[in-house]
Amino acid sequence: MECEGVVSGVRMGESSEEVHVLAVDDSLVDRKVIERLLKILACKVTAVDSGVRALEYLGLDQSDAFVEGLKVDLIITDYCMPGMTGYDLLKKIKESSTFREIPVVIMSSENILPRIDRCLEEGAEDFIVKPVKLSDVKRLKDYGVGGRINKRKLPDTTELDLSSSPPSDSSSSPSISPSSPPVIDSPIQRLKMTTTALD
Amino acid sequence: MDVGQMQRQWLDYTRSLFIEGFLDNQFLQLQQLQDENNPEFVVEVVSLFFEDSERILKDLTFALDQQGVDFKKVDAHVHQLKGSSSSVGAQRVKNACIAFRNFCEEQNVEACLRCLQQVKQEYCLVKNKLETLFRLEQQIVAAGGSIPMMELSF
Repeated sequence: MECEGVVSGVRMGESSEEVHVLAVDDSLVDRKVIERLLKILACKVTAVDSGVRALEYLGLDQSDAFVEGLKVDLIITDYCMPGMTGYDLLKKIKESSTFREIPVVIMSSENILPRIDRCLEEGAEDFIVKPVKLSDVKRLKDYGVGGRINKRKLPDTTELDLSSSPPSDSSSSPSISPSSPPVIDSPIQRLKMTTTALD
Repeated sequence: MDVGQMQRQWLDYTRSLFIEGFLDNQFLQLQQLQDENNPEFVVEVVSLFFEDSERILKDLTFALDQQGVDFKKVDAHVHQLKGSSSSVGAQRVKNACIAFRNFCEEQNVEACLRCLQQVKQEYCLVKNKLETLFRLEQQIVAAGGSIPMMELSF
């Protein structure tokens, strides 16, 4: 059971340019890999081993309590986990007034279209088919992964215009614009790639 | 053996692991995440994979040894092993897990036992191969050389 980096978390006003990602996966191997992938892209990573731990970290385990100094820019979670699935976690986050605006990305080893649809409908920003590669994580650059150009402010309204601060790096892969229904492209592309594999 | 010879040996050995299907592209991905600041990354991940796998294989053996086999539990274990082997690029272990899951679905104990044997075998094979590879790497580094960058096109 591990929950890393809780105390050393990013405080408001300090290194706020650094993207802080909360990674949730019950597999120790996968946590190690995702952590390295994100760190290579200059993110601060907190890796936890369950949805329950993730909620604890966010302070959501007791009625939306605000955790002083907590700043999470992106949540990336495995789908298949014992107890609370990534989908359950996604729902809880989207139900929270404090955290519903944080982009959530789901990872799964199984490229099941209804599952992907369900997650996207529930508000997931993207869906990554495992095993996770550097190119998958680079795709998340719209959420600041790989470096921010403009600081994305947390809105105090529920209407979020994420297109106001697009990153200007010149990566050749198609950019995901969070304000459009973006995720139809990339997971489906990924699906097409994986269905030709041996799996 | 000089460093150059050791490096060639390493390259040949690594290539053979890919050609024989022990490793797939994901292993290359992991190698590319390694650098001077994280020179042990691959060894660390693979060590976690070994620990994880051994635990799962023990649990699987126990689960299949029961009077009333809980196939959901067995499948859950195999799913875990499939995931971690996939994440490190241990292709043959992963494929053995995929076959295993099909028999879990059929609730076929005999077939599952055979699959377990198969998975154990593949695991032992890849473990030996990777340990050999890491030993070669240590020798190269000890002799003052560096590990070549893999450039295989798939």
